[in-house]
Amino acid sequence: MIGATHYVALSLILFCLGLIGVMVRRNFITVLMSVELLFNAVNLNLIAFSFRLGDLAGQVLAIFVITVAAAEAAIGLGLIIALVRLKDTVLLDEADVMRS
Amino acid sequence: MDFLVANFGAIFFYVVAALAVAGGIGVITFKNPVHAALALLETFVMVAVLFILRHAEFLAAVQVLVYAGGIMVLYLFVIMLVKVKNLRADEVFLSGIAPLAVLAGVLLGALVAAGILLGSMAAGDASADVLRTVVTEGGAEVLGNTEAVGWVLYTKYLVPFEVVSVLLLVAMIGAIVFGRRDAALADAGEGVES
Repeated sequence: MIGATHYVALSLILFCLGLIGVMVRRNFITVLMSVELLFNAVNLNLIAFSFRLGDLAGQVLAIFVITVAAAEAAIGLGLIIALVRLKDTVLLDEADVMRS
Repeated sequence: MDFLVANFGAIFFYVVAALAVAGGIGVITFKNPVHAALALLETFVMVAVLFILRHAEFLAAVQVLVYAGGIMVLYLFVIMLVKVKNLRADEVFLSGIAPLAVLAGVLLGALVAAGILLGSMAAGDASADVLRTVVTEGGAEVLGNTEAVGWVLYTKYLVPFEVVSVLLLVAMIGAIVFGRRDAALADAGEGVES
């Protein structure tokens, strides 16, 4: 019988993968993709508990999370375009203008 | 065969979950950003399947439309636009902190897993009909997940809904400002003479 525990465990695995991706990748685009992985893990958690508790609040909150994810993608990809125009790179460790 | 039939739900969940995790591993390991994007797409679709299994049919449709349809196209568009140089294999990860980061991720996973296992999560789920029921002044009626989510969204959570629309407006203005060509050039010190 698949219960909320299974979904929370899968969400945990996806969240840790996204966290590792955010920390280790050099490519800005892939870091943003890892952030999307984090959003998806959280959404999975919300949906699992929405079903577990029989409450639609979890699903409504997941809609808000998706909205925030879309806003984050738009802003982040705008940042990538600006970074490429400015430094001609998408590697995060080369974006160090404040340090020079 | 009887085992397959009796445990179909569990087997289906494990297959879908394994595919989702495989997509996640692909996102953080593939060298080519396009391959990473396609792995991410796989994870999005598998998460949508899991939403359907948890009776969040509307959310599953939104997941496919917004994530797989919108955000993923945006990512691929930007990847093609910025013409990413082919990175060498040793340049994909930040060299110094990669082992520490993996250790941190695994530690967080172990901690939360311990919390899940030690905490008491009583077995049994609520009836799926609750997620399809529209409660109005006239009484409760079982219609569908989309109607139910819409009723809750536009009555109980109307104020957060409006706040989110302001957030989207702010994000749109921010994206336009970041994308302006002369703003990037002015910040670079190259100046805009005209």
